[in-house]
Amino acid sequence: MTDAPIPRTPSLLARAIDSDIFYSFRRSKLTMVAAAIVFVLLMMALFAPVLVVQNPFDPAQLELINSRISPLWTAEGQRPFLLGTDEQGRDIYSAILYGMRISLVVGVLGVSFAAVLGIGLGLIAGYVGGAVDSLIMRIADVQLTFPAILIALLIDGVVKSALGNHLDASTTLIVLVVAIGLSFWVQYARTVRGSVMVEKNKDYVAAAQLIGLPARVIMIRHVLPNTMGPILVIATINLALAIITEATLSFLGSGMPDTMPSLGTLIRIGNNYLFSGEWWVIAFPGLALASLILSINLLGDWLRDALNPKLQ
Amino acid sequence: MLAFILRRALQSIGVMIAVGIIAFTMFRFAGDPVNQMVAIDTTPAQRAEVRASLGLDDPVPVQFARYFINAVQFKFGVSYQFRQPVSALLKERMPATLELATCATVIAMVFGILMGIYSALRKDSFFAKVLQAVSLIGISLPTFLIGILLIYLFAVTLGWLPSFGRGDVVKFGWWTTGLLTISGLKALIMPSVTLGLFQMTLIMRLVRAEMLEVLRTDYIRFARARGLTTRAIHFGHALKNTLVPVITVAGLQFGSVIAFAIITETVFQWPGMGLLFVQAVQNVDIPIMAAYLLVVSLIFVTINLIVDILYTVVDPRLRATINRPA
Repeated sequence: MTDAPIPRTPSLLARAIDSDIFYSFRRSKLTMVAAAIVFVLLMMALFAPVLVVQNPFDPAQLELINSRISPLWTAEGQRPFLLGTDEQGRDIYSAILYGMRISLVVGVLGVSFAAVLGIGLGLIAGYVGGAVDSLIMRIADVQLTFPAILIALLIDGVVKSALGNHLDASTTLIVLVVAIGLSFWVQYARTVRGSVMVEKNKDYVAAAQLIGLPARVIMIRHVLPNTMGPILVIATINLALAIITEATLSFLGSGMPDTMPSLGTLIRIGNNYLFSGEWWVIAFPGLALASLILSINLLGDWLRDALNPKLQ
Repeated sequence: MLAFILRRALQSIGVMIAVGIIAFTMFRFAGDPVNQMVAIDTTPAQRAEVRASLGLDDPVPVQFARYFINAVQFKFGVSYQFRQPVSALLKERMPATLELATCATVIAMVFGILMGIYSALRKDSFFAKVLQAVSLIGISLPTFLIGILLIYLFAVTLGWLPSFGRGDVVKFGWWTTGLLTISGLKALIMPSVTLGLFQMTLIMRLVRAEMLEVLRTDYIRFARARGLTTRAIHFGHALKNTLVPVITVAGLQFGSVIAFAIITETVFQWPGMGLLFVQAVQNVDIPIMAAYLLVVSLIFVTINLIVDILYTVVDPRLRATINRPA
């Protein structure tokens, strides 16, 4: 009895491995496959410059003699063009890696912008209440009636008409992030507001008010962490939606330009060659986009169930 | 009841006024309308004349009132790129979009409900699991990819269906329909399937969930105890109660079907309002954008209003909560 070991505080990693969430992660094979795909695609996008055979954005590296080569395993395939090339001699594999980078950057930044905006407005609405609350929530109600893609298209169109129609690629990227952010904030605001309404009547908030903490500190340091579970789920599912929205805008021709293509732009370019039998120009970017979105959706579904106490 | 309808109607009008303000702000302040309309070599005096003739020198509230009064009569100004009244353009394109959206909704409801019932009643069968997996893929694939895939399969490879356009149309006054010609019907298949797919998976999942819930309730158990046939229980008793929320969702979704038609119409070059809108966004044709926003909002708001009112008529439980003094 005297030998009973003193329980040590386990390390963060050990605690993470021992947690319920990790347990439910290990039990679902589909989730592990999805996570692996997301991880691999993420790494490929991150280390794209090392993994590609050419820089598809650098016109000096493109040779017209290499145009319209079919994938490596077909009869006319040529090294080093694994997935073939397009009309400008651009290697499809390299273009996909760079395109995925752009898609992910726009998606992640768009979701972050939406989350910050929505969380901020939700905190204010829930904590302050009254007329401010009604105003923010009425705007949210009205916006929720319209599909995000329509709002994103409108914002994109209006910003372009205000700044001139011919923007350079990096400005377009920012416009896309803003358009996506402004189209997706409502869900965060509603969720945070709901949680805040519940949390603000609890004793710890009253205690914090008693010791004289300013409302801003109470909201951000004390109330916000308690609303993070559902926010994480929404953010994951929204990431897939944001990537779809960006791809759709680019496909419709109001997104990323041909000089700095995202996956959606690559699909739009490939669509022009659908009838000439060069299927690889569109098939592989489409496949990359579909597997990225499907895997993120699977992760989001799993996270929703894993964080839902009712299902455990 | 009447008070509820009135309050809902007032809310809808409020939303429309808000959308009207946004549309007017876009119309008036995003880009200079005069610059869009005149040639480069127009003299400043001529520009001022155009400006005055358009009433752009009046105070902003006066301009807004004028825009609003015109919009109520469906006058939305002149398109920058086509040099034609926007209302004429929209009127010409509207039948194509409404026909496409209606077909898509019908397809989504028929197949969605059938597949939903099947996967609820045979929820452990192999085919039901396949349906669930396919519905997840249907939600994950962007609409335009599905459209392109269909074009590649049925237009490029098999050559069965046309890849773009509406086919031959028949005119009834200002309304045009492709439903009465073979080529029109053939052209309608792929776009409406593409557009309806997302709604179909949504309805399928909803019917499945509702049906599973209803099958657990006491009155179904009681019906079983009475010795009714399985078919009578499933389709006479369970399905009826499942369909109320399904019809609501399908009704509310009709608005977003029209909005999502933007993508489908671009993929299939379908000559509807959505294609007009996408071209307007690319060419910064603000009058068309503002008018499209107003027309689509009007459709949305009207549908929401009708569905809300119908819902209270259909479901007596809701009527009770509305009539109770708050």
